Formats: sequence, structure tokens, C-alpha cells
Amino acid sequence: MDFSLNDIQSMLLDSVQKFINNDYDFDKRQSYSDSEQGFSSEVWTTFAELGWTAIPFDEEDGGIGGGPVDLMIVMEQFGRGMIVEPYLANIVLAGGVLRRVATTEQKSRWLEPLIGGELQAALAFVEPQGRYDIANVATSASKEGDDWVINGSKSVVFNGGNAGLLIVPARTSGEQSNTDGITLFAVETGADGVNIQSYKTVDGHQAADISFDGVKLPDTNRLGNVDGGFAVLDAVIDDATLAVCAEAVGIMRILTEKTVEYSKNRVQFGVPIGSFQALQHRMVDMFTACEQTYSLLVWASMTASAGGDDAKRAVSSIKYQVGTAGRKVGEEAVQLHGGMGVTWELDVAHYFKRLTAIGQILGNADLHLDRLAAG
Amino acid sequence: MDVTLTADDIAFRDEVRAFFRDEFPDDIREKQDRGIPLEREDMVRFQQLLHTKGWAGVNWPVEYGGTGWNIVQKYIFSSEMAMANAPDIVPFGLGMVGPVIYTFGNEEQKQRFLPDILASNVWWCQGYSEPGSGSDLASLKTKADRDGDEWVINGTKTWTTLGQYADWIFCLVRTSSDVARRQEGISFILVDMQSPGVTVNPIITIEGGHEVNEIHFENVRVPANNLVGEEGKGWTYGKVLLEHERTGTAGVHRSAFRLNKLREQAAKSVRGGEPLANDRNFMRKVAAVEVELKALEFTELRTLAAVSSGKAPGAESSILKFKGTEIQQAIDTLFMEAAGYYALPFVPHQFRFDYPEDEFIGEGSETTTALKYFNFRKASIYGGSNEIQRNIVAKHVLGL
Ligand SMILES: Cc1cc2nc3c(=O)[nH]c(=O)nc-3n(C[C@H](O)[C@H](O)[C@H](O)COP(=O)(O)OP(=O)(O)OC[C@H]3O[C@@H](n4cnc5c(N)ncnc54)[C@H](O)[C@@H]3O)c2cc1C
Repeated sequence: MDFSLNDIQSMLLDSVQKFINNDYDFDKRQSYSDSEQGFSSEVWTTFAELGWTAIPFDEEDGGIGGGPVDLMIVMEQFGRGMIVEPYLANIVLAGGVLRRVATTEQKSRWLEPLIGGELQAALAFVEPQGRYDIANVATSASKEGDDWVINGSKSVVFNGGNAGLLIVPARTSGEQSNTDGITLFAVETGADGVNIQSYKTVDGHQAADISFDGVKLPDTNRLGNVDGGFAVLDAVIDDATLAVCAEAVGIMRILTEKTVEYSKNRVQFGVPIGSFQALQHRMVDMFTACEQTYSLLVWASMTASAGGDDAKRAVSSIKYQVGTAGRKVGEEAVQLHGGMGVTWELDVAHYFKRLTAIGQILGNADLHLDRLAAG
Repeated sequence: MDVTLTADDIAFRDEVRAFFRDEFPDDIREKQDRGIPLEREDMVRFQQLLHTKGWAGVNWPVEYGGTGWNIVQKYIFSSEMAMANAPDIVPFGLGMVGPVIYTFGNEEQKQRFLPDILASNVWWCQGYSEPGSGSDLASLKTKADRDGDEWVINGTKTWTTLGQYADWIFCLVRTSSDVARRQEGISFILVDMQSPGVTVNPIITIEGGHEVNEIHFENVRVPANNLVGEEGKGWTYGKVLLEHERTGTAGVHRSAFRLNKLREQAAKSVRGGEPLANDRNFMRKVAAVEVELKALEFTELRTLAAVSSGKAPGAESSILKFKGTEIQQAIDTLFMEAAGYYALPFVPHQFRFDYPEDEFIGEGSETTTALKYFNFRKASIYGGSNEIQRNIVAKHVLGL
């Protein structure tokens, strides 16, 4: 067991921290978020130049062969910096599918530009009726001659409005909630029959509802085996869950720091409010929640790297923890800031909103606790 | 002890129910049901309708045009109003400044202000908090200096709810710093928002709405007779009002209505999915909040019964405030959880009458649930934060 970062990881941490400290303040974040596409293309190009968009990919695919710990490092800092650039959607979700199943030809078509920062992508894994069940896929793909025809709709697709490439799980056999019978397809958003309704999300990100109305695709747009998409999807969703939990830890920590700092400066009744024991204990609880959550994150990331049997349990544990302790930390941070905590002007409110959104996606606390209870 | 209603109570309930069924304007009802925000004019129209019925001054004494209802009648009215999903009565005029004026004001003030408050002809807002004085309200710095027949006001009030709509503001201001206790230098004063020197700046809240403001006073001249009651007694008057405000914030009937809605909604399939009611985890959380709410309903009734037998609401009203708001926040959280991914889209612009149906994102008000959850974090902060309420109970009830 080793908790230290290797040289490459230390350098990565250092470079992400530098970028956030020097080039990404709250005002910039807000202006990127407010822009039409909801993030900065310039920042995205910088991520590519710095090699961050290449982290989880194999060297032979143009990546740098990083693992869950590297992603954890980056995502925690992205949480602290409240980064709105669609790293999760592109690199972890869409990239996660491509790196696992794309053919050489498909990789040069989609993965290369994705890593290069030229292509925006999204994984459309939520269906209107499906809530948190990723096997609940009603979108269908049927064979018409040599082509596939896709019909159905997907909900709240992260980065869906900006994506040139959508990865779409569709049912090719079996019942609506079967894990067997799901096939993944690459759909370019220019294709006929793709209808995208994009919107901002409450956490300052961007997403879309997308429908597919008889979208025709050649078989070369199929990603991986027919009917075998679930295992891929499931693994990618676990990666993504870990990634957002790392982001959540970054947010929880900065919220705790900001709250402690605020309580030292805000004076009421002639003393800093941080001198009230009623508040001190609550800040101690916030701090403890951060430590406990980070511990689970480290365990889950190391377990994922080692490919241990516990990997799924670890993912559900950390997501449950983020859903519960994260909510507590977010609510307390707002509460202890008093009226200021509920203003748009203060970054605390926006950290809290992102943290809340993380709790709502990729399975909420109830779902993950259920999985743990089932053993 | 008896929980059954008398025949008179039932007749009264039926009358109130019929009123909300038949006379409550359809367009306001539709807005409420669809989650379309009300405008100033809607709120005024609703309150004026209550006024024509003689039901605006729910807690007011009959001699000032109030209903004179007993606690059971008030309870029935509040319950029927919530179950009809009618809007809350905006508290600043009818619930706050009105009672201060009829209790502490002079005859001229009563005649001048009360009829318009009762008829919702004038919109009031509450100017207590300041940037440096929130929980520690008694440290407030906004000053009123006497100059002949006038007071001259300088300072800044903040968090002023719906101040952008207001015609008048009631303020706590410092009229003397030459006192033993700083509370004794505070007075309660009424200011016309049109007075030269008053400026209103919006504060945007966490969910993106505009409901609070910062208000600056620069040499604002106010006639001496706008000071209510005695000079230097404003703190006492303000406290009386705060205690009334706290009983009002429990919102038990509104919470009951929303829990019913939540159950109804959970029983239905959304977009062809499995009804959430099949999820025991979720329904256990709903049931747990229902138990808390029932307890609070009876705690409130017990408090009201004590008040009607002549006791002041007292420090116990603090319990109603913090439990009530915690329950409201728990319900907001459950609505958000129920919406799943559809809590995320930030599409408040689609909540208007003419929004094209085929472009609507989410079902019903799903996409407002996170916004409501964010916004309602305010409830444990305003009206005296929940920490301050617990301090009050610790000190004045438990004697610690
Ligand atoms: C949406 C909204 C609407 C409002 N509307 C109005 C209005 O219309 N008119 C008006 O006058 N005011 C209004 N307020 C102001 C409200 O009353 C204050 O925000 C509130 O009193 C808290 O003050 P503060 O924000 O300065 O927080 P602070 O007093 O700075 O408190 C910060 C934190 O410290 C805690 N704290 C402070 N003192 C203690 C203590 N002794 N022990 C333990 N904890 C403590 C608080 O509970 C809070 O968690 C509104 C506020 C909001 C958010």
C-alpha cells in the first residue's frame, strides 16, 4: 500500500493547480458558463495542449496511459476550480467508450480528434423513463439492409448541445430493461433525424434532450459487439461515477475552507461568528465529512486501478457518501454564510449547486445504498 | 381534548372551501398549479378578493376590520387556502406592519395606514437587516436624526424582500446612541419609498431570481409623525412582530398540501417509467416527514391555543420557525430527488402561459425542483436564523 503520488502524478497535480490558480477564477468561470456553448473553447484547447485530454487513453492511441488515480487528481482540482469545460462528457464518458471498443479506424475518426480537442462528444446514457437504470433502454436500433435505423429519445445528455459525436446505446434485442441486447452506436449530430434541444443546467453546465427519428447509420458506426454494449456502458459509468466523486471532494473541501475562513471574518455580536461553539462543531463535522469522503475516494480509486473485486462496492460507497455527506457539507456551507450564502454573486452558492447536481446524477445515495445492501 | 370539528366549524369550512372553489381566479389558480411565477398584480388581486370577503385581516381584531376568528377558524382557513393551492398572503403589510400600527400606533397613524393595508392598496416591505447587522440586529446603524418636524434617515438596509414592488417600507432605525442598552436607541419608522434619497438595488439569489434588494437611504426626510409608538421602543415592537412572524413561518398546511402532491406524483408513472411509489426507500422518507409534520401541526395548535387564552406567543414560537422551515426544506429535497435527472435543466423561461408545449423540458414542474430547493435554503436563514432560534429556546425556555 502506498499513498504517495508518483512523479508524473505530482507533476499533473501541480500543473492543474497552477492553471486554476493563475488562469481560471470565478468570474471567468461564470462568463464561460454564461456563453452560448457554456464553456470556453480556448480553455479546452489549452487542456489538449497540456495533455489533460489524453490522460486515460493508451499511448498507441495517442494517450498517456493514465489510470483512475490520475483522473482522481485532475477531477478533484476541477472541483475546486469549478471547471465548466466538458471533461466528464468528452474524456470520461464518450472517450471511455471509444477507448474500450472502437476499432482502429473508428479511433482515428473520433478518438484522435477528441484527444486533440477538435471534436466535442457526449454519451447519451439516460432515457426519459429510465431514471438511474442504464439498462433501461427503449431506444431501438433495427437492421435495414446493411444499415441500422435508430429511433428513440435520450434525456439530459451532458454536453449534448455541443457534441459533434453522440454515443448512443440502443436496443437491438431483448426486453426494455435487459442488460443483454444493448448495442452502442456512434451518431454524428449532423445526421438526418437527430433532433437536439439543448439547455443550461442548474449547475452552470450544459445538456440536451435528444430524439432520434429514423436515423440511418452504416455498420461502421457500430461501436463494439452487437448486443454486448451493457458491459462497456457499465464500466464507463463506474469510471464517470468515480470522476464526479473526485470533483465532489474538491468542492466539499473548498466549501469547508471558505466557510471556516468566512466564520473568522464575519463579525456579529461583537465577535467573529466562528467563535460560537454551535458553529464550530458544525464546521468540525464538515471537515470530518471531507476527510471521510476523501478516504473512500482514495480507496475506490486505488481499487479501480488494481482492478480488485471490491471495485463496484467501492464506487457505490463513495457515491453514497458524496450523496449524503456532500449534501450536508453544501447545505452547511450555505447556512453558515447566512444571507450571503444564497446569493448568485457568491461562489459558494455555485459550488453548492454543482455539488447538488453531482448528487442527482449517476445514481443518487438511495440507489447506491441499495446496491451495497444487496451485497 | 377533542379533535372533531363542531357543526359550526364544518359549516365554516364548507364556506371557505366553496369560496376557493368558486371565486378564486382561474388564471391565478392555473399559474399556481403549473408553477408559473405570480406577478405583483396577481398577489394584489388575490388579497383584494380576500378583502372584499372580509377575510384579509385574518389575525386582526374586528374593530380594525379583522375577521375576529377563533383559532379553529384560523386553522381551517389556513388549511383550506393551502389545499386550494392559493398563494400565501404577502406578510409585510397584513402580517407585520399592520399589527404594529394597530397595537402601538397613534390614532392618526391607524386611520391613515390601516385601511390601505387591509385592502392591499399599498405594498409594504420590511427594512430591518443591514449588511453588518443580520443575526445581531440590535447593532443596526441606519440613523434617523431629528431636524425640526422631520427625521432625516441615512444608511443601508438589505435583503429587503420584494422591495422592488413596495410603496412603503417600515424600518428599524437608530434615533439615539446615548443609551445604556443599544436596543433602547432603536425606533420603528415608516418611510414612503418615493421619498427623495431612497434607491433600490436588486440582489439576485442563488436560483437566479430577483426577490431581495439592497435599499440605500441618503438624507431621506420623513415627517415626525411617521415614527410609530414611542421613540426608542422600536426594538420591543419589532420583537413582538418577529414572534408573530415566526408563528407564521411554520407553514404546516402548505407543507401538508405539498406532501399530498408528492404522494400523488410518486404514484404515477413519469414518461412511462416505474412509479416512484414502488421505491420503499423514497416512500419511507416521505412518511418520516409526514410524522414530523403532524407533530408540528399539533405543536402549533397548542401554541395558538395558549395565545388565544391570552398568552403572548413567546419563545416557543421559535420552535415553530425552525422545525417548520426544516420540514419545508426536507420536502423540497424530496421533490428534487423525485425529479432525478430532470432536476438539472435550467429552464425557468418555459414557465409561462404561451410557452410552446412541444419544446417543454421535463414533466410538470420537475425542472423547478432544484431551483426551489436552492432558493429555500433561505428559509433557515431569514426571519432570525435557525441557529438564533435555537439560542432563544436555550436561553428563554431552558434557562441556559
Ligand atoms: C431570502 C432572504 C430574504 C430576507 N428578507 C428580509 C426582509 O424582507 N427584511 C429584512 O429585514 N431582512 C430580511 N432577510 C435578512 C435575514 O433576516 C438575515 O439574513 C438573517 O437575520 C441572518 O443574518 P445574516 O445574513 O447577516 O447572517 P449572519 O448573522 O452573518 O449569520 C451567519 C451565520 O452565523 C450564524 N450565527 C450568527 N450568530 C450566531 C450565534 N450567536 N450563535 C450561533 N450561530 C450564529 C447564523 O445563524 C448564520 O448561520 C432576508 C434574508 C434572506 C436570505
